[in-house]
Amino acid sequence: MNSVKHYAYVTAGLLGLLLLTIGAAYIHFGPFNTAIAMLISLAKASLIVLFFMHLRTAKPLLRVFACAGFFWLALLFALTLSDYLTR
Amino acid sequence: MQADPAVAHQFEDAAQQRDAATLGMWIFLATEVLFFGAMFLGYTVYRIRYPETFLAASNHTLILFGSINTGILLVSSFCMVLAVRAAELRRSLATGGFLALTAVLGIAFLILKGFEYRQEIHEGLLPGAGFHFEGADPRHAEMFFYLYFLMTGVHALHVTIGVCLLGWFSLRALFTSRIERLATSVDLLGLYWHFVDLVWIFLFPLIYLIGRST
Repeated sequence: MNSVKHYAYVTAGLLGLLLLTIGAAYIHFGPFNTAIAMLISLAKASLIVLFFMHLRTAKPLLRVFACAGFFWLALLFALTLSDYLTR
Repeated sequence: MQADPAVAHQFEDAAQQRDAATLGMWIFLATEVLFFGAMFLGYTVYRIRYPETFLAASNHTLILFGSINTGILLVSSFCMVLAVRAAELRRSLATGGFLALTAVLGIAFLILKGFEYRQEIHEGLLPGAGFHFEGADPRHAEMFFYLYFLMTGVHALHVTIGVCLLGWFSLRALFTSRIERLATSVDLLGLYWHFVDLVWIFLFPLIYLIGRST
């Protein structure tokens, strides 16, 4: 179990990343704007999954199950886009 | 072997029962990932097809509402994790209090979302016969707003279910004399609430931010 201080740091990090992603959206990076926003979202999601959902200290079996949903999601995107992006 | 009334007969001990419950919750969350994932895929396909229209339509969303709501959900996740921690430390009052606080933040999110919908409907951005969009390609801008109302609507439904559960669990925590029997349930509710936050974290930039630099 983590301390309150520990959780507060993670929350501060999340709010910092929120400000960062809003700020970055107003700077013109062309096609990279969405990529940057998604990378920041991924960082926020990782903080939540690892610290708030306790996957960092979870048993391996649980981690496999947690990754399974995202694995199938990746397949769904890869196979669909392999069609739409090559038409 | 003595029978612990808090452990169902198919489990060896409380720890195994808790592990099984947590695993079950993650399996449910995996189905939720794919449920929301299909809508994100729909968004991606249309976004690739009509990139300029999506950027222009995105600039009609209300970024102030979206940003404040993202902050509210992040802080609510902090409250939720404190509730889970309090339940593990067997503190009934703190558990109930933090669960109630999380519920209040969830309600604040829904109220703001309601005002946001109201303004968008007023501006004629609700897809349908009354849809009105000043731009090059209103037909596909309508698709953006269809996806917007669908995805945020389904997300808001999840928040609503979460708020109801939080309220109920809060009362249970405050009025129980055996908080230890509630700890696993609070932990699972926490996983659900964080997942709802997770969905919003990806929705937020895709809806509100993509066209801001153009």
